[in-house]
Amino acid sequence: MTTKKFRPDVDAPEWKGGHTPYDILKEGTIALAIVLALVIVLAVVFGSPDEKAITLKAWSTADPVDFATTAFSELNGTSTTASYGAPYNHNGPSQQIGPLQLEKWVGVRIPLNTATDFVINPLKALPNEPALDADLVHYQSASSSTRARWFNAYAKGATNMKYRHGTVVVNATGAGPVPVMINDLTTMARSGALDQDLVGGNDFFTTDYTESLLFLSDGQYLANVATEQHLAGDQWGMMNETGNYPGQAWLWLYAFWYQVAPFNNSGNGDALVWGVMMLLSLILLFVPFIPGLRSIPRRLRIYRLIWREHYRDSGGA
Amino acid sequence: MIALSFFAAILPLNTLGHYIHWHFIYISVANFTVVILMIVTFVAALFLPFPGRRRRKENK
Amino acid sequence: MSSEEIDRQWTTRLRRKVAGKLPPEKLLPDTQPSYVASWIYVFGVATLAALGVVIGTGCILALRGPQWWHGSSYGHFVNSLHLWSVEVFMFSMVIHLWGKFAMAAWRGGRMLTWMTGVVLFLASVATCFTGYAIQSNFDSQWITTQAKDGINATGAGAYFNVLNFGQMLMWHIVLMPLVLVLITGMHILLVRAKGVVPPFEDDLVPAAKITRVSE
Repeated sequence: MTTKKFRPDVDAPEWKGGHTPYDILKEGTIALAIVLALVIVLAVVFGSPDEKAITLKAWSTADPVDFATTAFSELNGTSTTASYGAPYNHNGPSQQIGPLQLEKWVGVRIPLNTATDFVINPLKALPNEPALDADLVHYQSASSSTRARWFNAYAKGATNMKYRHGTVVVNATGAGPVPVMINDLTTMARSGALDQDLVGGNDFFTTDYTESLLFLSDGQYLANVATEQHLAGDQWGMMNETGNYPGQAWLWLYAFWYQVAPFNNSGNGDALVWGVMMLLSLILLFVPFIPGLRSIPRRLRIYRLIWREHYRDSGGA
Repeated sequence: MIALSFFAAILPLNTLGHYIHWHFIYISVANFTVVILMIVTFVAALFLPFPGRRRRKENK
Repeated sequence: MSSEEIDRQWTTRLRRKVAGKLPPEKLLPDTQPSYVASWIYVFGVATLAALGVVIGTGCILALRGPQWWHGSSYGHFVNSLHLWSVEVFMFSMVIHLWGKFAMAAWRGGRMLTWMTGVVLFLASVATCFTGYAIQSNFDSQWITTQAKDGINATGAGAYFNVLNFGQMLMWHIVLMPLVLVLITGMHILLVRAKGVVPPFEDDLVPAAKITRVSE
């Protein structure tokens, strides 16, 4: 026996009472049988959701104006991905918590140039397009000020962009080869060729969908479908699932921070939320060592219900 | 085919979700049901009598 | 070979250490303290059972590959089993966490049991996330394109690319299950070695008179 002071929230008394027979393997087997039965019933009754993935083909077919607008933003470097910063490029501010700029310090590890990777290279891959090839050469040999002039001209016309008879219609004079590039990329997307090009690149086998997913998420279409399904960030979306299925309800606290200030209106919102969640996780991990926090169970006295039989028998002894 | 239709869900939940909106809290009925079930299960586990009391008394 | 030499061997030392901490009657006990008399105690084994079903159904899904369930009713059913076993797993785990907190189950040298439990909770959330990422449907597209911003903000996104289906698949079916199974094993062995935490005694016995469990 030690002579140290007994700390009720840290130490446990030695059990000098009785023991009862206990079949651990039988308990495990019964638990497995019950859980399996419950899971089978739930699966048979409710099934599981499977909303089909949205391809670039589906997107550009359903909403060619949104696709073409997004394609233009990839070309002129104004899309979310183009101006993201690390880990994709150096074009945007990285998120930080005070002096900690982890995103920036780790740097660009998944290098992407949206103009080249999402627009120019896929167009170059199209065979037997001499007029397009000439336009691409014209574009790539132009100075940055010339391109800026083209972009301004196209942007002005793009506010009234229409899609008619298989063509992106933008009333823009002085936009150089930009209208042809955007229109041809839209046609390429509607054929399904862009999906394959962004995933396959120059390889036969690949399982990396980074480029297609970033392109898709730069548009409004994906977000509109998600909002309809109540999956958006301001709808506590991280917790939710498509349809009426339960989602990741355990992400409630993570989703909560995105609904309140300063997280919901800060440019560093994601970094702040992760910082808070990591801190709370560490607190949970080290509860046994934190005075006050580790006393809560004893003060809450829920344990009186759990061990009521023991207390009843001991108190009456 | 009968064999394949056997695996189809009886009550698939694929219709557009129902949501409860209260101030800034916005939770799906499905998730809310899960959370309520968890709380009810926890409380029930605390209060429901556990079998084998006589055997435990005999072994004290 | 002298007995001294045998005593110094890694194998001998490890075996004696393990057998000392976890003799067969502790590893597979046939009795338990009589204070273990509440339904709250079933949620640990329920979590373990659900983990077994999750892994089992995951193995069936692995037999036919990640796209199988989209085109096959049987595959879709197995996917449903996998999804609902995950829901039951998280449901049981959180109730188990609530119960263990209410009991202050870290007492009496059981800090590591608590901490491995918290690590398991966090690792399970991460495993669930990679699972949602590899459904290869609209939900995966949305979840990954949203989650990337949070993960990128920590700097981890440069190496843990949630938009890379192949990487997420391998994390979900190889790395995370390995972590979960190893730490679950540790967690359970700690419970076996230390026993189930005894009740608080402060109400009935003055603190000065309590015999503290020596560690």
